[in-house]
Amino acid sequence: MTALDIAPRPLELDEAAARAYVERGAGLRAATPAEAAPELAKIATGIRRDVLTTIQAARMGHVGGDLSVTDLLVTAMWGTLRLDPFDPANPERDRFILSKGHCAAALYSTLASCGFFARERLSEFMAPLSPLNGHPNRVKVPGVETNTGPLGHGFPVATGCALGAKLRGESWRTIVVLGDGEMQEGSNWEAAMTAAHYGLDNLTAVVDRNRLQQGARTEDTNKLEPLDDKWAAFGWEVRIIDGHDHQAIKEAYAPSTTGRPVAVVANTVKGKGVSFMEDRVEWHHKVPTDEQVRLALEELSR
Amino acid sequence: MTVVAEQTPTFDCRIDFADELITMARADERIVAVCNDSVGSSNLVKFREEFPHRLVNVGIAEQDLVGVAAGLANAGFIPFVSAAAPFLTGRALEQIKADVVYSDRHVVLCGQSPGMAYGELGPTHHSIEDISWMRAVPGLPVVVPADPAQTRAAVRWAAASGRPSYLRIPRFKVPAVTPADAVFETGRATRLAEGGDLTVIAVGTMVSRALDAAALLREQGVEARVVNMTFVEPLDVAEVVAAAEETGVIVTAEEGLVSGGLGAAVAKVVAEHRPVPVRMVGVPTFAPTGSTSFLLDHFGLNADGIAKAAREALGRS
Ligand SMILES: Cc1ncc(C[n+]2csc(CCOP(=O)(O)OP(=O)(O)O)c2C)c(N)n1
Ligand SMILES: [Mg+2]
Repeated sequence: MTALDIAPRPLELDEAAARAYVERGAGLRAATPAEAAPELAKIATGIRRDVLTTIQAARMGHVGGDLSVTDLLVTAMWGTLRLDPFDPANPERDRFILSKGHCAAALYSTLASCGFFARERLSEFMAPLSPLNGHPNRVKVPGVETNTGPLGHGFPVATGCALGAKLRGESWRTIVVLGDGEMQEGSNWEAAMTAAHYGLDNLTAVVDRNRLQQGARTEDTNKLEPLDDKWAAFGWEVRIIDGHDHQAIKEAYAPSTTGRPVAVVANTVKGKGVSFMEDRVEWHHKVPTDEQVRLALEELSR
Repeated sequence: MTVVAEQTPTFDCRIDFADELITMARADERIVAVCNDSVGSSNLVKFREEFPHRLVNVGIAEQDLVGVAAGLANAGFIPFVSAAAPFLTGRALEQIKADVVYSDRHVVLCGQSPGMAYGELGPTHHSIEDISWMRAVPGLPVVVPADPAQTRAAVRWAAASGRPSYLRIPRFKVPAVTPADAVFETGRATRLAEGGDLTVIAVGTMVSRALDAAALLREQGVEARVVNMTFVEPLDVAEVVAAAEETGVIVTAEEGLVSGGLGAAVAKVVAEHRPVPVRMVGVPTFAPTGSTSFLLDHFGLNADGIAKAAREALGRS
């Protein structure tokens, strides 16, 4: 196959899915966290299944982090933020940034579920000339706010978004999701200072605290603890939660009440939902065999 | 497509890099490895097993990585900083400039998986700019090994040099191209094929492809000289001038951005010493999605692409 044989096909709105997202999403946002949780859990299971088949088709991906971040993504996009698949650049939209860009498969699956593009297109993940690159590209994927992949970039950009909303006197909010290993990058702590200094209570930074990075445990590499004290010392309101409990996540995503930006430390399990992947460092970017995908999908249908 | 025969063995030079580093570390206690959660991707697990206290892993923190290495050099060690090339050279550029090169610290910067070795992971993970960026730091040697033998020689050279250097370690598999009697010294190129019609000057993964291009051109009646310009900085000026004077046409080939890299370095020498036609084969822009092989073909970084550039330069397209 050469480049000339394949024409890159732009991603286009999936109207039916987008309409469903706008309706159901409004209901989930308005519902109490307890009411919304069962439905969010159902959506998240669908996303986990899509992540697995997407990675299976591509024969590449970062499955462990995809599965740890899924509930955080789904609760943000479906249960909290007002995104607009019909007009992804709508200036009034809330902003969602996945700073740990290696988990593109989870981001793409969730964006597709919201109708930003058709779910079938997930099968093109990392295919030659596909808009669905291994790391998200805002120019090619509607719903992506900024190109991530080098760790430690999304948080400063999100801080700029939140500051921009303040400067414009607008009410939209920004959520950024970070890896815990990613928190070793100094740029994040620079952003943490900036956001606190400007009193960005319209910004929520979420750490996917799965305690693993690429090659080892965070605490055996360059330890982050006490992470909550660090956030607090940097001037943030800190909320510590179970990052797989949709009710707790939705509660933690509620706007700040203190005038300070909100840090959510979400305790998660890397590889969550697939028993043989859970909390195992090698599943950072190991690719499951077809048989392992079958077993995983079976576990996820229970 | 490349015409490297299917059975030609190819090598991931990270293996030779790590193996040579271990050998040297056994003999020289000053050698330490410094990583950014890159122990596995740099193939340094064995190094860590043998020298657990001489592998420093700062985590995902490249600015810290290079600054810490400069401090270790201050304390008398010879740090080999080993990290994915895009993050090492891009993220820590100012640390490289100020803490290592301007401060003249003997730190060996090892850019792993450079060029488009990360394929589908895309332009954030590609390192097409590193040769340009590193060339822009005054006095920093930019060393681009083309095969396992050169990778080992580069590691030995860098440890002995007493000065900072940047080594670009290929991950995309390459065949062996270096003759057994080749000399590895500062600023010295290696002539791999003789020909009078033009010279192809290549580095790294493009060297074997330049040899393949020469074979293609020979079938078309064109005799190409092939030069492996291992040191993009300091460049082998005499070899470039000889290519201009003796063959009259030059094509450069690199798995990197055309602006500021090998092609630009060669063009500067040619413009100042002996103006002749120059064509540059390289990566023109951020890549679309695709595997490394796919992208190399996509941008014409193969025997056909180099041969085509040669014919154009000769006015025979
Ligand atoms: C600046 C930078 N350095 C290194 C990497 C390589 N890298 C990709 S993912 C990863 C580990 C990330 O760990 P974490 O943030 O904990 O993510 P998760 O566990 O959620 O996958 C590393 C080191 C990178 N993408 N960017
Ligand atoms: Mg992690």
